[in-house]
Amino acid sequence: MRHIFTILGHEIRMLLVNTSTYIAAVLFLTVMGLIFTGLLEVYSQAPQETSPASDFFRLFFLPVFILVPLMTMKSLAEERRLGTLETLLTTPVSTAEVVMGKYGAVYFLYLLFWGSTGGLFYILHRFAANPRLLDSGTLVGGYLYVVVSGLLYVAIGVFASALSRNQAVAAVLTGVMLIVLIWGVPLALNVSLLQLPAFQPVHAALEYAQVSLHLDDFSRGIIDTRHLFFYFTGTALMLILTILGVEAKLLHN
Amino acid sequence: MSTIDPTTAPPTIEVEHLVKTYSGLAAVDGISFTVRRGEIVGLLGPNGAGKSTTMRILTGFLPATSGIVRICGIPVASRTDEAKRHIGYMPENNPLPEDMRVNEYLYYRGRLKEIPREKLHPRLDEVLELCDLKRIRHRIIGKLSKGMRQRVGIAEAILGEPEVIIMDEPTIGLDPHQILIVRDLIGGLRGRMSVIISSHILPEIEVTCDRVMIINGGRIVAQGTPAELRRKVLGHTHYELQIAGDQAALPALLAGVEATLVVESTQGPDAEGFHLLTLTTTRDEELGEALLRALAAGSYRVRALNRAHPTLEDVFLAATKRSWDIVDARAGSKPGR
Repeated sequence: MRHIFTILGHEIRMLLVNTSTYIAAVLFLTVMGLIFTGLLEVYSQAPQETSPASDFFRLFFLPVFILVPLMTMKSLAEERRLGTLETLLTTPVSTAEVVMGKYGAVYFLYLLFWGSTGGLFYILHRFAANPRLLDSGTLVGGYLYVVVSGLLYVAIGVFASALSRNQAVAAVLTGVMLIVLIWGVPLALNVSLLQLPAFQPVHAALEYAQVSLHLDDFSRGIIDTRHLFFYFTGTALMLILTILGVEAKLLHN
Repeated sequence: MSTIDPTTAPPTIEVEHLVKTYSGLAAVDGISFTVRRGEIVGLLGPNGAGKSTTMRILTGFLPATSGIVRICGIPVASRTDEAKRHIGYMPENNPLPEDMRVNEYLYYRGRLKEIPREKLHPRLDEVLELCDLKRIRHRIIGKLSKGMRQRVGIAEAILGEPEVIIMDEPTIGLDPHQILIVRDLIGGLRGRMSVIISSHILPEIEVTCDRVMIINGGRIVAQGTPAELRRKVLGHTHYELQIAGDQAALPALLAGVEATLVVESTQGPDAEGFHLLTLTTTRDEELGEALLRALAAGSYRVRALNRAHPTLEDVFLAATKRSWDIVDARAGSKPGR
């Protein structure tokens, strides 16, 4: 497993010397900045019940939909398209190490991007005299949610990237899977068929997988181990499927 | 590493009854061979013959359907990681990351090949020097010419000083000058590392390799040194003769020199009365002198005698044609398939 760090270091380096990373960072911060400014605008006009941080994190899925497909689409699809996966896997490196290294690098970048939004709160802290605007509990909970949920979202993206040689297809696939997870689950709960007693277990499972409710809990400072379990097992499942997917593609190449 | 005599050295690659099927279709069909340490072996075959598949199985990249592959005595199927440490591999078309610099790429690969950090820098310098990449070590790979990329691929393959080097079509798409450089590079490995290369360019293989294996339809149809192959596959020797004289008496005279020597074709006579004849015999020994003597005794005028040297191309075509005939015969004997 010692190759993971070689691959991880290499991948992070390659991401950091890539222009598209910086373009993505600028776009991400622009969007987040606009959202944040809009929120503050609302807060400056009338007092609100919630803190800006909790509203800010409620919109977390917007950057997720754009950022995750863009960051993950390249990871395995590009290697397969160029054929460099073949040279990589003929060194004493296992598929699992390659997948974990690449996953780790994208996740690191994801955290880096989200971490940079901390600057927005710093500005608020620095220039707003009102300490009530900065609710540290919500802030910590929100960022913790981003850290934990990011594990799964990035894993979904890496999995999609393993399924296709085409980066665009991988990106669309990631987007669709994320939409199904974030928006599809609450919609599916409203389907009348699932209200039938026979589908009760499915309904219960879907209820448990509602991402927006997890966020609410985290923002309120409730760290439920069931939520953690959901994200950790989901991530593990996605990564195992990615490894199996890469190996299956090699077998049937 | 010191130079080793390939005839007595222990085998570094052992392949026994290797089979690889893709959904019932055999890409590799019972190949067996060994390669000794320090030997350079060429793998020849038409497209789809199973060369690349065989090489990929040797590297542990693809699992075989059945059969045994050992690299330096290590079975590839059960101890893949260990076997990979002894192999340097350059795949077909030499895929390289486009956005890295040459030395960055080689450093990264060196780390993956588990070369200790302190040894890696001197080894990098050595390899860059050997492959003539020193001048372009800071260039981005995506912007290099094909010949340079090929040299980067070879540098990568020899970086870890592996016992076995496998290169799939290392000279494809190169100009003659670059081919020469790559050929010298591969030749320079002789006696130190076992090298398997595949190629379509036959003179290339002939110059570089100690031994040639011709693969067709997933089977080895002929193997040996280029000279052995000529003898084994073609089975006959040609002579080209330009003479003037009595053509009717010639067959009897030829039979007197060597029983199997016959006239295959005749052209002419030209303005000066000379015929151009092609003679063929199954004997491998040199018959030129005896032939000349007999012709002089028979009062023929001789203008030229030449023993034809079949190229590896002829051998290749004959061997692959023969194997197709076998395959066709086998298919024909199985009605209903």
